[in-house]
Amino acid sequence: MPDLPPPIDDRLLTIDPAGQPHLLAVREAETGRIVFPAPAEIDPDRHVPMTLPREGRLWSWTVQRFRPKSPPYAGAEAFQPYAVGYVALADSIIVEARLTGAALDGYAIDMPMRLVAEPFAMADGGQRTTFAFAPIEEAAR
Amino acid sequence: MSDVYIIGAGIHPFGRTPARSGLQQGVFAVRQALAAAGLAWRDVQFAYGGSDAAGKADTMVSELGLTGLQFINVANGCATGGSAMFGAYSTIKSGEFDLGIAVGFDKHPRGAFDPKPAEWGLPEWYGETGLMLTTQFFAMKIQRYMAMHGISTGTLARVAEKAFANGVLTDHAWRREAVDAETILNAAMVSDPLTKFMFCSPAEGAVALIFASEARARALGLPAVKLRAAAVRSRPPGSFEVFSPALDPERGPSPTVIASRAAYAMAGVGPEDIDVAQLQDTESGAEVMHMAENGFCADGDQEAWIAEGRTRIDGRLPVNTDGGCIACGEPIGASGLRQVYENYRQLTGQAGARQVPGDPRLGYSHVYGAPGVSAVAIVERV
Repeated sequence: MPDLPPPIDDRLLTIDPAGQPHLLAVREAETGRIVFPAPAEIDPDRHVPMTLPREGRLWSWTVQRFRPKSPPYAGAEAFQPYAVGYVALADSIIVEARLTGAALDGYAIDMPMRLVAEPFAMADGGQRTTFAFAPIEEAAR
Repeated sequence: MSDVYIIGAGIHPFGRTPARSGLQQGVFAVRQALAAAGLAWRDVQFAYGGSDAAGKADTMVSELGLTGLQFINVANGCATGGSAMFGAYSTIKSGEFDLGIAVGFDKHPRGAFDPKPAEWGLPEWYGETGLMLTTQFFAMKIQRYMAMHGISTGTLARVAEKAFANGVLTDHAWRREAVDAETILNAAMVSDPLTKFMFCSPAEGAVALIFASEARARALGLPAVKLRAAAVRSRPPGSFEVFSPALDPERGPSPTVIASRAAYAMAGVGPEDIDVAQLQDTESGAEVMHMAENGFCADGDQEAWIAEGRTRIDGRLPVNTDGGCIACGEPIGASGLRQVYENYRQLTGQAGARQVPGDPRLGYSHVYGAPGVSAVAIVERV
């Protein structure tokens, strides 16, 4: 597995030795509710750190057809449209993410999806790793 | 407690007016409303006003006159206008004053809004990686709704087509040229399934409404509508809102649903009684979903409603008779008051070429915005 660039935010995800990303969340001790992204300050009395399930089904999707305004967008100047969606993870939480691994019109609600590491080129020339979901058949190749 | 009447209304045309600041457009709307009612600024006992991005409403007194009136600034994001109206409503109803105004105005730069993650309590990566766009939210909400309830892209196009057709008939609209459904469908895609003609744009404009107690309204004898309900509600658990990195698996109703129910209960009427409705149409899918969220039809029935033209000006329930946000643009602070302005014109028979036939009696207005707030008002012809 080639080395991946550093995560775009260390509090967002970790990458295991096999190169697989894991999304960092917390479970509220009192209610059991899962919170993602994890709060900036984790209170050990209230929050139980956890990683999110890595598979789910596509809940909705769209395509970002124009380059978002910078700031806040920090991607490279050369813009390629990308798909965005919400993925329902095994009844625990519905997570918004970039989508990858299919043509822009190749996504459909209820598709099985899997978390993957997504290289992200910054406008300042840096490389980071963020997260995305890919259709399971495609990601398994 | 007094019943509350709207006895006058003024508007600065929506769109782009480079020569006037947002505040000046607000002053224009106030003066127009007062002139139409034959009132003077010194007659105004109180004011609620605000903008999202164009300055402090109470500085208008420099131009309108230093009468010492009670002037309260309202800053409530997308519900600024609705909140100003609720303030006026409550003030008259309580008997504290018997004549006052609500004014909303705005002036936004071109293009999509560019929010900052920290101001929304979100981490920087959410904006950096290109997930923080209102357009994506609207697209994904209607995308799922279409799949769950059998709504077609043709319906989205026909809603926008109607908006532009109504805009042609509306003096205060920004977009005043008809655009046919075919052109709308084939236009550049912004966020699938929504093309550029299906979205409203940030814009400029101002609206002022004059409120009076029943006794004062009767004494003045002006064309008037009775404000039967005004409700502002924030989001309940499980609602799907803009800028949400994650959603709880248990889904719930929207703030629109609870604001709508509250307004119907206040007015003692139901959706079947409404003769004309102005519904938040940030994009054409929003109008479709808001038809159901406000109780006018069941989820999925919009497909038949739109195909049959039931929401056109000559239909059974005309919706967005002035072209809504799609034709007027969306100056945030003014947008919700524009809807009430339009209902005032319709119910007092002053809507000109876009007049709904058959003497409409009850008008419904609904504004919705980030981060999950809805304001609903119901007005009645008197």
